[in-house]
Amino acid sequence: MIGSLLKRDLAKFFPFAGGGASLPVMFFVAVAMLYPFAVGPDVNILSRTGGGVVWIAALLAAILPLEKLVANDIELGFFDQLRLRGLTEEVMMAVRLIAHWLSFGPPLILATFPAAALLAIDGPTLHLLLLGLLAGTPGLAAIGLMIAALTASLRAGAALSGLLLIPLALPILIFGTGALARQDAVSLGFVAAISLGLVAMAPFAAGAAIRAAREV
Amino acid sequence: MQAQLTATNLACRRGDRVLFQKLSFALSEGQALHITGANGIGKTTLMRALAGLSTPFVGEVQREGELGLLDERPALDLEQPLGKALGFWNRVDNCENPSEAQMRLGLDRLLEVPVRYLSTGQRKRAGLAALLSRKVPIWLLDEPLSGLDVAAIETVTRLIEKHVKSGGLALIASHQRIEIEGLQSLELGDFVPSYAEWEEEE
Repeated sequence: MIGSLLKRDLAKFFPFAGGGASLPVMFFVAVAMLYPFAVGPDVNILSRTGGGVVWIAALLAAILPLEKLVANDIELGFFDQLRLRGLTEEVMMAVRLIAHWLSFGPPLILATFPAAALLAIDGPTLHLLLLGLLAGTPGLAAIGLMIAALTASLRAGAALSGLLLIPLALPILIFGTGALARQDAVSLGFVAAISLGLVAMAPFAAGAAIRAAREV
Repeated sequence: MQAQLTATNLACRRGDRVLFQKLSFALSEGQALHITGANGIGKTTLMRALAGLSTPFVGEVQREGELGLLDERPALDLEQPLGKALGFWNRVDNCENPSEAQMRLGLDRLLEVPVRYLSTGQRKRAGLAALLSRKVPIWLLDEPLSGLDVAAIETVTRLIEKHVKSGGLALIASHQRIEIEGLQSLELGDFVPSYAEWEEEE
């Protein structure tokens, strides 16, 4: 059952798989493309600030898929039907977390290559950037899932989820960009630790939120 | 098929208002119960409480045997063609012969059509096809006839009858008339608490 569910979730969220969820990646590349136009083509400025811009773009791109992440399936009665078949909300949300990360983490990491070229980011920085995104995007996905589940039953949920994600994602951003400034991968350990904690917590928090949304 | 569904002293509420109270019944295999009542009286709330999707305010629900719920949301992906959307549930449920149920409900010609283009009645039939191929003993049907045309009402009524006769259990919440042999009926309006302010609102 879990295999079929993961397959279905991936078909729904994976970019270019028909679900039309390629928007975050496009947005991410668009920011990297616009930035040189805005600050000018000075290679020094670009390569010094480019890493930070990539991180900000990744963080903002993580907001885009949240609107449809959970609310649609609550409306369809999808989680209800899975519950009737004996699946717990925690398992549903764990599967959703995996599908969400797969459909936005790896594509974003791949899109970092063209972004780095546009922002004149050098080799060692690109290396830290890729490692940082690999460690940080699962955490961003977990925050996103929790927020999407919590705000699913609210009328202005979509607008609110963007505002909620930003402060919660700050630690990941600080440690992720800290590694770039010091050219040292140590602080990426913190990013990975934060991500791990969030990933472990998300299925339970999001599952409880879905259950609570039923009891109105 | 082993099936049993018992509600004891059930009360449910929506917001601060108690919708109904002191509701008790016991059903076993081969029995069907028609729950009637005006719109908004709490039929759907009762169905969800019986299905275990919400906790009743007072009382408890006991059941034996697997349960399927058909409500106004058949949980089919709107973007996908009907065949694929139903196929997902058939895989989840390990159905042996899902096309049989689809044929019987006249869905075989709609399998290529995206769910978003289907009418209310067609979606209802699709939900029923998913329930039918699950082969569970307890059916909770929330307004199973709404949106259906005359021919489909007849088909669905016969399907429910057949399910009950072959040892199933069916609970039907509907304001419409349903002609099934041996169908018991329960008027939810009889269990509405008679608060003074509640009568004023009416």
